[in-house]
Amino acid sequence: MLKRILIIFINRNREFYRDKSGFGWNILFPFFVIVGFSLIFSQDSRKEYKVGVINSGDIRKEISVQYQEFRKSKFIEFIEFESQESGISRLLHHRIDLLIDPAEGKYWKSSTSPKSFMTEKLLISSSEEIKTGFIPESVNGREIPYIEWLFPGVLAMNMMFSALFGVGYSVVRDRKNGVLKRFSVTPLTPFEFLTAQILSRMFVILLTTGTVYTACILIYGFENRGSYISLLIIFMLGSFSMVSLALIIASRSSSEEFAGGILNLLSWPMMLLSEVWFSMEGARPWVIKFSKLLPLTHITSGIRQVMNDGATLYEIRSQIFVLFIMSVIFLSAGSALFRWQKND
Amino acid sequence: MEPVLEVRDLRKTFPGVKAVDGISFSIEPGICFGLLGPNGAGKTTTIEIIEGILKEDSGTILYKGNNRGKRFKAEAGIQFQSTRLPEYLTVFETLKTFRGLYPGKSDIDWIIEVCRLEEILHRDNRKISGGQKQRLLLAIALTNNPELIILDEPTTGLDPQARRHLWEIVTGIKNSGKTIILTTHYMEEAERLCDKIAIMDYGKIIDIDTPYSLLLKHGQGATIFIRTENPEKYLNTLACQYFIVENGIEFRTDSLNQCVQKLAASGADLAGMTIRTPNLEDVFLKLTGHTLRA
Repeated sequence: MLKRILIIFINRNREFYRDKSGFGWNILFPFFVIVGFSLIFSQDSRKEYKVGVINSGDIRKEISVQYQEFRKSKFIEFIEFESQESGISRLLHHRIDLLIDPAEGKYWKSSTSPKSFMTEKLLISSSEEIKTGFIPESVNGREIPYIEWLFPGVLAMNMMFSALFGVGYSVVRDRKNGVLKRFSVTPLTPFEFLTAQILSRMFVILLTTGTVYTACILIYGFENRGSYISLLIIFMLGSFSMVSLALIIASRSSSEEFAGGILNLLSWPMMLLSEVWFSMEGARPWVIKFSKLLPLTHITSGIRQVMNDGATLYEIRSQIFVLFIMSVIFLSAGSALFRWQKND
Repeated sequence: MEPVLEVRDLRKTFPGVKAVDGISFSIEPGICFGLLGPNGAGKTTTIEIIEGILKEDSGTILYKGNNRGKRFKAEAGIQFQSTRLPEYLTVFETLKTFRGLYPGKSDIDWIIEVCRLEEILHRDNRKISGGQKQRLLLAIALTNNPELIILDEPTTGLDPQARRHLWEIVTGIKNSGKTIILTTHYMEEAERLCDKIAIMDYGKIIDIDTPYSLLLKHGQGATIFIRTENPEKYLNTLACQYFIVENGIEFRTDSLNQCVQKLAASGADLAGMTIRTPNLEDVFLKLTGHTLRA
């Protein structure tokens, strides 16, 4: 059994590296994204201030009117947070300039951010009631430039595309061409075939992600604040979940057009709603809930927490748990649905 | 001697079509068994049920007296009518890949030699000719040192030279004592390679026997062909069985002298007349009423 898995694993890898265009694209695409965005965001083009608001209860009566006036201020975008923890995390990385809790009568500023200093001045100068009604607190964080915040998202997105199209599309093509039919009359079992597909694509994803990661670290000096073991685990689990998802799409169809449509239908919402390019803070609650159903959300968040925040495995346990459960569900469904041929 | 393969009352229906309609046959070890019939006769469906690709509606298939299982997959060498191979592999890598999937293995040098692959061994399997590809597919069918080899129309689409080339290879394999099931709609192929032939049409086996016995049973007499653009003018004057064919008319008769005399008496132009003894094509025509490639 292991020998047959190894044979298919080696073949799939050969297919990958001999397909020069596909191989090049897998390496170059994320790199181009980073290069492009680093040029675009080489200077901070954010012209407005961002104030986080914690929704912890009713606004205190004595500041209610003045607070509502402050919220009408021009050039300030208000972003709602469900918890103090998530708001402070953003403030630490200078993703927001000020965090206020109007129910508790507190606000937090970043002592290392000039924009935080300016936003605080805007807040306390808006009225005397605000000035006296809020207790100031400081946090001391380091700014995460957008490009460094984006980098984990681009890595996760590349994993998604490589898994979905690399496995989903190629298995469907092999079914359409009759390659799977040829394998079906050998002692190779569907379990062995699928295992080889998963292992091969995970190997390819880790190889390309590692290459892109190393190149960007060397060129842009991005920093991994967490451990490499944590990063490797979230990479592996992320690629495993995405390949498993691809196997569902590849389980029966023999139409590349149909598979392509389904793959796009899956990948586009993930690309837009999984916080690859922008934070979902401020989005409608149902959109945020929907994004939690997408594996890419948890992969991006896991990698980002490890790289940007130095999170430990324990701190990303929820992402690990969700990705593990999703992988099991996807893999079980993909295996149960799998057919060598269209007419099986 | 126990048959290598036994098929009993096999049936398969697709929507609106009885593809296989209650066929039975058995194949003794070491012979080349031919399934002969026109396109759509049910040959490939029968073969694909035997291979396990299609599921039969009813019937029994026994391999060496038992139901097919892992043993059949391990011991059967299969060549499909048309198939694509894993991409970006050389011919040698393709062979090694399939060889590695089986518990039993043929000597790879023997396969390369038998199937004459030496010159294309390191070529991408997408960049070989049709004849070379068929040889590679045959070689893949041999990688597991099979006891039973199933070849589904192995020469369809090949030029005459490549076809003869493949016949020589199959003859060599047959001489090595392996059992072969071959489907074809080429009469010459069946006559040349098969020890036993089942003639199929509309999902049924019309007759099954050795080529010699089939000719003996159904191929008595002779066939007279007269080239003419206006065959209808002969129809009212003759008692012989006739068939209008391309470029002329054919007469089947067990009394050659009598038939020729009648033709001469009717004033037919016998300048373009040819006479030949029956072959399997004639047997098929007689049994089914239409030609093999119809």
